[in-house]
Amino acid sequence: MTRILKSILFATTVLAPAGLVATGASAQTANLTIESWRNDDLPIWQQKIIPAFEAKNPGIKVTFAPMAPTEYNSAVNAKLEAGTAGDLITCRPFDLSLAMFQKGQLASLNDLPGISNFSDVGKSAWSTDDGKTTFCVPMASVIHGFIYNKKAFADAGVQVPKTEDEFFAVLEKFKKDGKYIPLAMGTKDQWEAATMGYYNIGPNYWKGEDGRKALIAGKEKLTDADWVEPYKTLAKWKPYLGDGFEAQTYPDSQNLFTLGRAAIYPAGSWEIAPFKAQADFEMGAFPPPVKKAGDTCYISDHNDIGIGLNAKGKNLEAAKKFLSWVASPEFADLYANAAPGFFSLNSTPVKMTDTLAQEFVSWRQNCKPTIRPSAAIVGRGQPNLDLEMWRVSANVINGTQTPEQAAAETQKGLDSWYKPAK
Amino acid sequence: MSDTEMADIETVPVKRPIRWHIAVFLAPAFLVYTAVMILPLIETLRLSLFNMVEGQLAFVGLNNFRTLFSDPRLSADFWNALGNNVVFFIIHMAVQNPVGIAIAAMLSLPGLRFAAFYRSAIFVPTLLSFVIVGFIWKLILSPIWGIAPSLMDLVGLKWAFAPWLGKAETALIAVSLISVWQYVGIPMMLIYAALLNIPDEVLEAAECDGITGWSQFWKIKLPLILPSIGIVSVLTFVGNFNAFDLIYTVQGALAGPNGSTDILGTLLYRTFFGFQNQMGDRSMGATIAAVMFLIILAGVALYLFVIQRRMRRYQF
Repeated sequence: MTRILKSILFATTVLAPAGLVATGASAQTANLTIESWRNDDLPIWQQKIIPAFEAKNPGIKVTFAPMAPTEYNSAVNAKLEAGTAGDLITCRPFDLSLAMFQKGQLASLNDLPGISNFSDVGKSAWSTDDGKTTFCVPMASVIHGFIYNKKAFADAGVQVPKTEDEFFAVLEKFKKDGKYIPLAMGTKDQWEAATMGYYNIGPNYWKGEDGRKALIAGKEKLTDADWVEPYKTLAKWKPYLGDGFEAQTYPDSQNLFTLGRAAIYPAGSWEIAPFKAQADFEMGAFPPPVKKAGDTCYISDHNDIGIGLNAKGKNLEAAKKFLSWVASPEFADLYANAAPGFFSLNSTPVKMTDTLAQEFVSWRQNCKPTIRPSAAIVGRGQPNLDLEMWRVSANVINGTQTPEQAAAETQKGLDSWYKPAK
Repeated sequence: MSDTEMADIETVPVKRPIRWHIAVFLAPAFLVYTAVMILPLIETLRLSLFNMVEGQLAFVGLNNFRTLFSDPRLSADFWNALGNNVVFFIIHMAVQNPVGIAIAAMLSLPGLRFAAFYRSAIFVPTLLSFVIVGFIWKLILSPIWGIAPSLMDLVGLKWAFAPWLGKAETALIAVSLISVWQYVGIPMMLIYAALLNIPDEVLEAAECDGITGWSQFWKIKLPLILPSIGIVSVLTFVGNFNAFDLIYTVQGALAGPNGSTDILGTLLYRTFFGFQNQMGDRSMGATIAAVMFLIILAGVALYLFVIQRRMRRYQF
């Protein structure tokens, strides 16, 4: 709350007069608006990224207009249909943006200068199924894992867990000591249970890309042991969550951790910047623990955010200029360091200064990356698999559904519309 | 033709000027109401008969309604929302209105001190924005920062506290009671006004006959305020089946946990506008809106044609 308030105050007091001066200076400014769901990043865009672009491109003025993440897709779709959307559209990965491109709302970016700075894997989330057309410039991926309070670990005298048994032993220790809440997570907002829970620990069970592709090919089902077991592990988290976790919201969990009341936070790397700004203790991170020591580890390294061109925008030329700047190594460096935890997909390696972000990205060396299972291809239909997984993951942790029931329900929903290619 | 004109002239000897001012005075309200209420309503009902067929909006008759009631997923969501909505309404009828009547009855007692203060204090939540109400209650009931657990601890009731908003069994009741807290002022005000309208002579006559206290309330006052109670019930019915805002602020658009607080309004929102990765479906949304309209229409019609006609009115 205070962060948002501060940024609003900052925007109104410092930036507004600056904007007035700028508009007064040049009459022929092209105004670009970026539609985004990253309202946490508003200060980063306003203070670092946009000034860097505007300094090099006089005559183009950029406004970053974020909204609440859960409302973003519906709102931006309504705006696109009504023709009132901004020139630049932040792209969700895979099926959602693909649908926008197929409707002709996003323009093809195949001939954008700079798009060749990305590998096919980087572009995969924003390309057509045949991989021929790319419609968003990849900006960043996010990695899942656990962030922990180093002071709490030192107090309790525990080591960073590597296997699942060690993980639960650490949780048990914290629970016995009673000084810290072992795990800061709630189920009220539902998406935490899936995104920070199921998608986070799951890849170790379904073996990352192998399982995900087998699911798409129809060779595996969500009711198979590999897909049910992560729910069983999630169900075991319940005793280690804080009192009343059923009514604990996402901001509650963030605050519990940054106020130093919880030891471990099941996280996505996007938390790094806000946590760094709020917590006054040292933080470390560890990847999802494997079942037995020596097992291959898998991490969720999810292409999360890209930026595309509104095909019916008013300032196509200026918007293209901005996009090719986003595709440049300069932007990659700026963004990865301004928003640590959003890892660049640019082929040029980026030097990151943030140690916590380095820790997250170091897992790429030993662990096999995969994306969230509900994002691509199986996330296209009704009922939406992602939303179904939110709901059942929360149910499993709340104890109102068994892991088997949860898995059966999601598979039933998937069966109702998805016919894997034979 | 000429015959009828002749007849008109005979029966209406002095032709009155057309009263243009009536139309002129009605026009602003009529135009605004048509533009913001009637046209959207007609457009919604029309849209519920259309759907996308091969990328084109085409007339599909009642097919959307058939899908809504036969598709296993949609119909399950719909019946769940309708069931929750009925519970939501029952809780309002069983708690909000009796409490409102009781408060009004107490306020209208002669000789009650600070009556004006109580009246305003109880009515204030109704004037607050639902966002504020939702937000304060979420904070009050929060198991982490909330004041409810510590207050209950003070009186030794800590054991009775639970994360009510997060449990499927209690969430709907908790949200309904928040809504009751917010809107209890409306039945109170309407009933209070009705109670003040009862002439003193009637009450004095009752007292002469030895009817005082409780029996006076049951035998004299209650029958006299029944029409007001009827109006309050209809307002509650319409308000509850149109409800959306409070659930949205307290529980979010998913109306969790596990859809336990999902009412027709939130289902309509998710279907029409979409949510997170679920895309909005204008036609199905309009269909749900049309069904909501029919439910409310049926309820109001039932009241107007069946209940209100049988109600006895008294004139003084």
